[in-house]
Amino acid sequence: MAGIPHDHYEPKSGGEKWLHSRLPIVGLMYDTLMIPTPKNLNWMWIWGIVLTFVLVLQIVTGIVLVMHYTPHVDHAFSSVEHIMRNVNGGYMLRYLHSNGASLFFVAVYAHIFRGLYYGSYKAPREITWIIGMLIYLLMMGTAFMGYVLPWGQMSFWGATVITGLFGAIPFIGDALQTWLLGGPAVDNATLNRFFSLHYLLPFVIAGLVIVHIWAFHTTGNNNPTGVEVRRTSKEEAEKDTLPFWPYFVIKDLFALAVILAVFFAVVGFMPNYLGHPDNYIEANALATPAHIVPEWYFLPFYAILRAFTDEVWVVQIASFVTGGIIDAKFFGVMAMFGAIAVMALAPWLDTSSVRSGRYRPMFKWWFALLVADFFVLMWVGAMPAEEPFNTISLIASAYWFAYFLVILPLLGVIEKPAPQPATIEEDFNAHYPKSSEAAADGYSQAPAE
Amino acid sequence: MFRTLTLSAVAAFGLATAGLAAGGAGHVEDFDFSFEGPFGTYDQNQLQRGLQIYTEVCAACHGLKIVPIRALAEEGGPELPEDQVRAYAENFEVFDPELDDFRTAVPSDHFPESGLENAPDLSLMAKARAGFHGPYGLGINQFFKGIGGPEYIASLLTEYTGEEKEEAGVVLYENKAFPGGWIAMAPPLYGEDVEFADGHENDLHHLAEDVSAFLMWTAEPKMMARKQAGFVGVVFLTLLSVLLYLTNKRLWAPVKGKEQG
Repeated sequence: MAGIPHDHYEPKSGGEKWLHSRLPIVGLMYDTLMIPTPKNLNWMWIWGIVLTFVLVLQIVTGIVLVMHYTPHVDHAFSSVEHIMRNVNGGYMLRYLHSNGASLFFVAVYAHIFRGLYYGSYKAPREITWIIGMLIYLLMMGTAFMGYVLPWGQMSFWGATVITGLFGAIPFIGDALQTWLLGGPAVDNATLNRFFSLHYLLPFVIAGLVIVHIWAFHTTGNNNPTGVEVRRTSKEEAEKDTLPFWPYFVIKDLFALAVILAVFFAVVGFMPNYLGHPDNYIEANALATPAHIVPEWYFLPFYAILRAFTDEVWVVQIASFVTGGIIDAKFFGVMAMFGAIAVMALAPWLDTSSVRSGRYRPMFKWWFALLVADFFVLMWVGAMPAEEPFNTISLIASAYWFAYFLVILPLLGVIEKPAPQPATIEEDFNAHYPKSSEAAADGYSQAPAE
Repeated sequence: MFRTLTLSAVAAFGLATAGLAAGGAGHVEDFDFSFEGPFGTYDQNQLQRGLQIYTEVCAACHGLKIVPIRALAEEGGPELPEDQVRAYAENFEVFDPELDDFRTAVPSDHFPESGLENAPDLSLMAKARAGFHGPYGLGINQFFKGIGGPEYIASLLTEYTGEEKEEAGVVLYENKAFPGGWIAMAPPLYGEDVEFADGHENDLHHLAEDVSAFLMWTAEPKMMARKQAGFVGVVFLTLLSVLLYLTNKRLWAPVKGKEQG
């Protein structure tokens, strides 16, 4: 593997050599765990471990839940209540799993925005970024289908609304929607295929996570300075990096333990806070809930979906030009998927030669506005579709697209970046001045005990 | 930088939301239940009183089809003695598909379904309703007061105004807690509807509170075990965090050029 020069695994004993010449698995594990990691990584670099942990947590709790769940419209709702009441520790398993989805998205949003701020998407890490976006899309699909399984009112009507989006596609929409649902409406066939895919997709995600890690282990981690690790010699590389084990494993585990303490407080003390009361009512095709609201992690993109109504001039133009083929509904669907697509294209939309936002004085403020915009979208997505929320969601959606399509390309041209440190070592030492150079020397010269 | 961003995001959030009006749902009073907060527990006596109110009043129309009768004896609930649970089950007739006939219920059977077509099942009602919203859709009230399902039920039972009207042949009763203000259910409790063996107070407010607590238990029977598990989890993870913090500090000290502890 190309990349940062470092020591590789050398089999020593006869047994190790025997195995290594047949299956270099120990070497693979050694190289993965001992990978040179920029020593100046800050606390925003912990989310990868959190995400890996949550993926495992969701798979493990999910597999046990499946042992007690019945994917049938007549039994799904009561089988979930059976888990809550009769299965040993079932209430804990289910609350861990449902709140685990929320933790998953908290972590993935933090992870994505970290990447956007420090320019982790830029060359040579575009593949890592794209794979990450694919994982994020699959996560959304998996979470959506998982939310349908308890077969409550929000499950049913959420599924109806979201699959209805595909029905908005011109010409093939209706046929596509029927094919996705397995019938004319959300019913037992829908529940069964969602269950099947909800079980399958996490393993696809797990596979992509391996590719994601493989990709950034090839390029090396980005870091808060955006300055690359020196690769001319092993000695120089070692001044910029530390091995992943033990330095970053322990640091990440500390962060994970703190986050899990908060997570357990939520699961133990307020497990339904992030859910919706309507989902404790069994699905009823004849009673539409007053407000159909998706889970919080979909709200920003749900707001973008709803922002483009008939009254918006962009929609009117699109409709006029295409002779009505693109209506407001289809425009909204395209905007929603487009919002994620522009994010995925960030590596090619950002023209700045400077990687980290830390050294980009103008970018910083536009990025801060993007984060605020994300929260505004999340909030407005939960509000009823009426004024002033429609206008707010339209402005916020417009900024989301403007950031990626206009601001990122322009900033690279007009912005004058601040000076960057020459090396990671320089940045690290500026943070941690060797206050007691002499004392440290004295320490190292002291006889070992 | 991220701290600044978080702060500005929160500030922007506050600015953006100031001055917007909240939606007009019914009025829900904040009752003071024993099971609120991270350490709140069910009051066993209250659950038993609530069971009595449910049985003598609510059960006439409503059902609890998800709740097995045996749960009345389980830990963290009303904890009736086994023989009382068996005697209680004998009040009900259930349809047995194997016999193809009705028979007397046993503790392993569930409570009967709603007898009245329009009366919703109450098993999960305390989790299927929200009492507190906002402000401005931010969920701050729910964070501090709880989602408010039991408060909603208790308010609904106490907030009848006494006004009636007929609409399309259905009599509707004015209720300040019910969204829309008019409900098809006649006032089920007036106060002193139920006599408690221990002479506990039975005015309307107390009855509403007791039966709401009971319905919270039917909705979330494992709440006490869950809170305990959560507490143990938080304690051990905090301990683990401290140990890992110290390990991490020690590990990085030489790299950061600090004195080793």
